[in-house]
Amino acid sequence: MNSILVTKEVTKQYGNYTALNKVSLEIPKNSIYGLLGPNGAGKTTLIRIINQITHPDQGEVFFDGEKLKPHHVSNIGYLPEERGLYKSMKVGEQALYLAQLKGMEGSEAKKRLKMWFDRFEIGDWWNKKVQELSKGMAQKVQFIVTVLHQPKLLIFDEPFSGFDPINANIIKDEILRLKENGTSIIFSTHRMESVEELCEHIALIHKSEKILDGKLSDIKKAYKNNVFEASLLVNNADSKDVLSGLKNKYNITTSNFDTSENQLNFTVQLQSNSSNEIVSHLNAIGNIINFQETIPSANEIFIKTVQSKGVHE
Amino acid sequence: MNKLKLIIKREYLAKVRNKSFVVMTFLSPILMVGMVVLIAYLTQINNTEKRVIAVLNESDFFSNEFLSTETTSYVNFKDISLEVAKDSTVNLQYYGLLYVPHKSNLKKVAQGTVFYTKESSSSEILSALEGVFQDRLREENLREIGVSPKEYASINSAFALNTETFKGEKSIKGVNEIKAIIGGAFGYLIMMFIIIYGGFVMRSVIEEKTSRIIEVIISSVKPFQLMLGKIIGTSLAGITQFVIWVVSGLILMLVAFAIFGIDPNILVEGQNVVPGVDTSISTEGEMFEVYFKEVLKLPWLLLIFFFIIYFLLGYLIYSSIYAAIGAAVDNETDTQQFIFPVIIPLMLAIYVGFFSVFSNPHGPIAVGFSLFPLTSPIVMLMRLPSGIGEGGVALWQLILSILILVITFVAIVWFAAKIYRIGILMYGKKPSYKEIFKWLKY
Repeated sequence: MNSILVTKEVTKQYGNYTALNKVSLEIPKNSIYGLLGPNGAGKTTLIRIINQITHPDQGEVFFDGEKLKPHHVSNIGYLPEERGLYKSMKVGEQALYLAQLKGMEGSEAKKRLKMWFDRFEIGDWWNKKVQELSKGMAQKVQFIVTVLHQPKLLIFDEPFSGFDPINANIIKDEILRLKENGTSIIFSTHRMESVEELCEHIALIHKSEKILDGKLSDIKKAYKNNVFEASLLVNNADSKDVLSGLKNKYNITTSNFDTSENQLNFTVQLQSNSSNEIVSHLNAIGNIINFQETIPSANEIFIKTVQSKGVHE
Repeated sequence: MNKLKLIIKREYLAKVRNKSFVVMTFLSPILMVGMVVLIAYLTQINNTEKRVIAVLNESDFFSNEFLSTETTSYVNFKDISLEVAKDSTVNLQYYGLLYVPHKSNLKKVAQGTVFYTKESSSSEILSALEGVFQDRLREENLREIGVSPKEYASINSAFALNTETFKGEKSIKGVNEIKAIIGGAFGYLIMMFIIIYGGFVMRSVIEEKTSRIIEVIISSVKPFQLMLGKIIGTSLAGITQFVIWVVSGLILMLVAFAIFGIDPNILVEGQNVVPGVDTSISTEGEMFEVYFKEVLKLPWLLLIFFFIIYFLLGYLIYSSIYAAIGAAVDNETDTQQFIFPVIIPLMLAIYVGFFSVFSNPHGPIAVGFSLFPLTSPIVMLMRLPSGIGEGGVALWQLILSILILVITFVAIVWFAAKIYRIGILMYGKKPSYKEIFKWLKY
C-alpha cells in the first residue's frame, strides 16, 4: 500500500445541508498533503471523519490498508483549528494526560515529553499552569502533544494561524523533520499560499466537493498555459516603439515601463513551444534581464477550477 | 475502559484541587456549625434575660399568686395611684405593669384588669398571666359549686387512644411524621446533590468548550466516554465533599457545644411537640427513647438500598441533562433558559413531597409523582420509610417506578449524549430549542 489514507465516496449530511458530497481521496505515505479550500468547504468535516469524531453517512475510509477503526486513533495525531488546553492544569500533567488518552504508557510518555520539552527549550514550564503561558507558548505545547505518540499520520488544521513568524518557522522545520522520518502529513487550510511550498500533493475542496487533486507539480504543469513574463533593458526614448513593435508581433497581455531602471516589463501569451523564437527576437532588440514562465499559484488554480466548474454546471 | 478511568481521575483531581472547591469543602461546615452555635447561644441568652413585671393590686382576691419564675419576676406596688405606678414602671424600665382593680367580685376584677406595656406584649408572658387568672377563676367557680380542688384533680380525665397495627404491633402517634421527615431528608439530599454537582458537571463541560480543548480530547476518546467520565469523576468529588462535610460538621458541632457549654437538646426542644402522646410516657427522656426505638425499627436496609438505586438513576439522568446543556451553550450566562425547566421537576418533587406525601403518603398524588421519572427519585424515597407492601408502598408501584426510571434513564442519557456530541463542536452561537432538536437527527 502506498496510501496512508483512502476515502471512498465519503458523504456527510447535517439535516438538509450536505457537508461532504462523495469525496474520494488518496493520501500517499511519507508526503505532505494539502487539503485546500475556502472556509466552509467541508475540510474540517472531512478531518473529523478521519479522526472518527463524526462518521460518514455513506462511503468508506481506509487507514493504512485497513478499514478505519477506533483503535486507529492512536496512529493519528490531530491539531484542530479550534485548539486549546485546560487552563488551570499544569503543563506537564496535562501533556501526560493527553498522551495517555492516545494510548501511551505513562512512563514512556513522560520520557518523550521531557525530550521534546528540552528540544523546544521549555523544560521549566512543566509545573506551570497553562493560564500563565502566552498563546505562542501554549501552541508549542499543543504541537508536542499532537506529535508525541509518534503517529503515522499527522493532521494539522490551519496550522500556522496564531503562530508568530519565529515559532511558525520552528514548527515548519519540525514538521519537515517528521516527514523525513516517515510520517505522513495532512495540512488543511484556506490560506493556500501558507502551505504551498510544503505540499507535494493537494486536493481542492469547494462547496462540499473535491474539484481537483493530484501531485502539485503535475497540477501546475497542467495549469500553466504558456504565459511568460519578461524584462528588457531599453532606452527611455525607444521604449514606446519597442513595445508597439512587440505588440504587433506577439500577444502582450500586460506591460509597464520602469523609467528609473530603463526596464520594460511585460507578460506575453505564447503558442506552445515558441519560447525560443521570442527569446532570440528579444535578444536582438535589447538586454534580457528576465524571462520566465509564470507558474500559477494554488490560489489561481483554485479560482480557475471553480470558474471552469461553474461553466460546466 | 482504561481511558474512562483516566478521564474520571482527571475530572476528580481537577475538581478536588480547585481552590474554591477546597475552600467550600472546609469552610462550609465551619459556617454551618458557627450558625447553629450562634443560634443556640442566642436562644440561651434570650432565655436567661429576666423580665420584671410590676403588679398594682387593689383587689382582695390576689395576694401571692404571681410567682417569680426563671424568666420573669414580679414586683408589687402598694398604695400608689395607677398613674404613678405607670410612671414608675417606665422609669424603672420594667417590662410591664399589671393593674388589678378593686371590685366586688372576682369576675369583675378579672374583667377590669389591664396589662400595660411599652410595646405590644409577648404572648409568652400574656399566657402566663392569663394562666394565673384562669386558675384563680376556676378555683372560685369550683368553690361556688362546692367542689374542692382535690376532688377536681381526681376527676381529671386525660385520655389517649391505644393504637396497634393489624399485625399486633404497638404504634405511636407521630411516627408517621418522623418517617416522613426521614424520607424527606433522603429526598432533599438527592435534590441538593443534583443541583450542586449537576451544575459542576455543566460548568466543567463549558470549560472544555471555551478552552477549546474538547476537539483534541474527542479525537482520542468517544464523546460518550468523556461525558460519562466527567459525570462519574465529578460525583466522586461531590461524595468526597459530602463525607467531609458530614464528618467534620459532626465533630465541630460536638466540639463547639462542649466549648460553649450549650446543651444540644436546646435545639431539639420545641420540635418534639407531638400531639397526643401516650400518658404512660411521662418524662421527656422516656418519650425520646420510644421514638428512637421507633426510628431504629424503620426498614433501614431497604431504605438505604433504594436510596442508592434512586440516587444513582436520578443523579445520572439529571447530570447527563446538565452535561447536554453545558455542551449546547458557549458560556454560563446562556444556561439559564435551559436550567429552569430542569429545576422545575425537582422543586415540584420536593413541594409535592412536603405538602402531599407527608399527609397522605399513599394517596393518588403521591403515587403519581412517585411513578413519574423526573420526580420519582425524591417522592418515592419520601414514601419508602413506611416499608413495602401492606401499609407501605405497593410492590407493583415500586417495581413500576424503577422500571420507568430505568427506561427514562436510558432514553435521556442517549438523547443527552447525542446533544453533547454535536454541541461540543458548535461554537459561537446560542442554540434555540428548535436547533437542539434538529441535532438529535444528525
